[in-house]
Amino acid sequence: MKIKTQAVAGTLESSDAQVMILPNSSGLKITLDSSVYDQYGKHIIALAEQTAKTLQLEDATVKIVDKGALDCTIKARIETAFYRAIDQQSGLPWEVL
Amino acid sequence: MINQVGRDIPDVYLKDGVEPFQGIYYRDDYEYTKAAPTVHAYVKPNGDKLVDSIHDVLIKSGLKDGMTISFHHHLRDGDFVVNLVMKEIHKLGIKNLTVCASSLGRAHNYLVPCIEDGTVTGISTSGIRDEIGEVISAGKLKHPAIIRSHGGRARAIEDGSVKIDVAFIGASTSDAYGNASGKGGQSDTGVLSYADGDAKYADKVVIITDKIVAAPNFPASIKGVDVDYVVKVDSIGDASKIASGALRLTKDTRELNMAKEVAKCMYHSGYFKNGFTFQTGAGGSSLATTSFLKAYMAKDNIKCGWAMGGITEPIVNLFNEGFVNKVLDDQAFDLAAVASAHTKGHFEISASQYANPFNKGAFVNQLNFVILGALEVDTAFNVNVVQGSNGVLRGAPGGHPDTAAGADVSIIVAPLIRSRMPTVRDRVTSVTTPGESIDIVVTDYGVAVNPKRQDLLKAFADTDIPLKTIEELRDLAYQYAGKPEPVEFDDQVVALVEYRDGTIIDVIRKPKRLNYSQKALDKF
Repeated sequence: MKIKTQAVAGTLESSDAQVMILPNSSGLKITLDSSVYDQYGKHIIALAEQTAKTLQLEDATVKIVDKGALDCTIKARIETAFYRAIDQQSGLPWEVL
Repeated sequence: MINQVGRDIPDVYLKDGVEPFQGIYYRDDYEYTKAAPTVHAYVKPNGDKLVDSIHDVLIKSGLKDGMTISFHHHLRDGDFVVNLVMKEIHKLGIKNLTVCASSLGRAHNYLVPCIEDGTVTGISTSGIRDEIGEVISAGKLKHPAIIRSHGGRARAIEDGSVKIDVAFIGASTSDAYGNASGKGGQSDTGVLSYADGDAKYADKVVIITDKIVAAPNFPASIKGVDVDYVVKVDSIGDASKIASGALRLTKDTRELNMAKEVAKCMYHSGYFKNGFTFQTGAGGSSLATTSFLKAYMAKDNIKCGWAMGGITEPIVNLFNEGFVNKVLDDQAFDLAAVASAHTKGHFEISASQYANPFNKGAFVNQLNFVILGALEVDTAFNVNVVQGSNGVLRGAPGGHPDTAAGADVSIIVAPLIRSRMPTVRDRVTSVTTPGESIDIVVTDYGVAVNPKRQDLLKAFADTDIPLKTIEELRDLAYQYAGKPEPVEFDDQVVALVEYRDGTIIDVIRKPKRLNYSQKALDKF
């Protein structure tokens, strides 16, 4: 799915994550800055990759700034940023989310 | 050598009589000869202790390379004394000093460049956090820092493990002969409990104050007979950061629910009787416990004999309302506590009276309850309050190991998960307080009782306290947050965690992935 615009979801509060999605011409790139990088960094990147795959997110840079969010939060922030980036505000496929 | 809590203590630190931790009462009945200071007599009646400046007092005191100096932390985040003294020492080019502080925090950040350039090469402290925690975590201090509890520090001074050459004692008032107090000036701290041993055991004792009063400045926490010099400076601290106004009682549902369970555990423990004694900290849940406790006390018409510790407004209120008969104060956390100190029934106690395991019975031994926090708790009930889960030093034992060892019922209160980091886990990053001395862990997902306290398990059996095993709490934490990968460390030991009796309970190493940039001196 092509990204139309740059979009953001989430906050920098403790236990939240802020996800920014930007257009990128050469594939999917995920960056992670996390307060729990040492303990959960690999896991969060794998989660982001899996979420991007489910969303069929391609040619985008996903920047995650994590402040110790749980998986459900990180996933929800990526999904929200994604639908904002493709400018889809209705008819969300809840069953795959 | 692997010690009794399963921690590997390198043999290089086990010399000159230093032993690995071997149980909380290992040194009961220990015999030793107390240290004593070398004193210069003031025989002539016209002797003058007043000195014009910190620079001059450094010269008069004979401070030189390799010596040990000491500070207390009653001025808390408002302290000017440490930085004032360290700047003058820096100018004089004195090197290789050991700083024996009762605690260190962000107000003492001039120690950072002093550590970087070798002015300070050794540190003994309780609190080790902020920039000082970072610089020590990064391995910039020449010798490993020694982390001591409040009782452990008092013990180390009295048994001679630490020899203080010059003690610098900030005091809000002093008379010209050095009778000094934490009351009556513009930088009131209420009490000067942690400086008591410094004054009695240091070779040279310097009072630094911003208010000289007429003699006798009684009641004097520090006695003039122990004091060599008195220096008046413009200001010893920022009053607004010494004692904050009322610490607001939490409205956080999670903290309130935990506080309610803590009070319930106290109520059903079998120790909640007329004349009971307790200590609680200044954290959100600990503070909130007092209001739930008050309800139980009113319901059963029970009075507390004495409350001890870092004193806060909620404790002062219980005292004023007659729920608490006496207050034993080793640190005043807020303005209400400062104002109440030294009023009738509110007594100052020294760090040694409070928590030293090597005197003839500290007040911690007479505690029924203590309520404590934790960064991490493991399935053996060991607690870490010193090191963040990322490996960086960011806490303080304070009286944690002392009160836990002394109290009949020691209660840890902490959320199960903080910003994804599981509090309850397989293994704490480092041990501050051994599980042997921890009885109850209260979290927002249930309450675990140490299986060695079958009496408490029995007492709680028919209550609605949500009992779980510590393993069940860990499993819940891992289920929500995932099991954390272990943080990697270098071999370099940056700090030794000393148990209150002087044995080594753990060592702290430099985290591998620690980005540290040197602090520019011009920042100060």
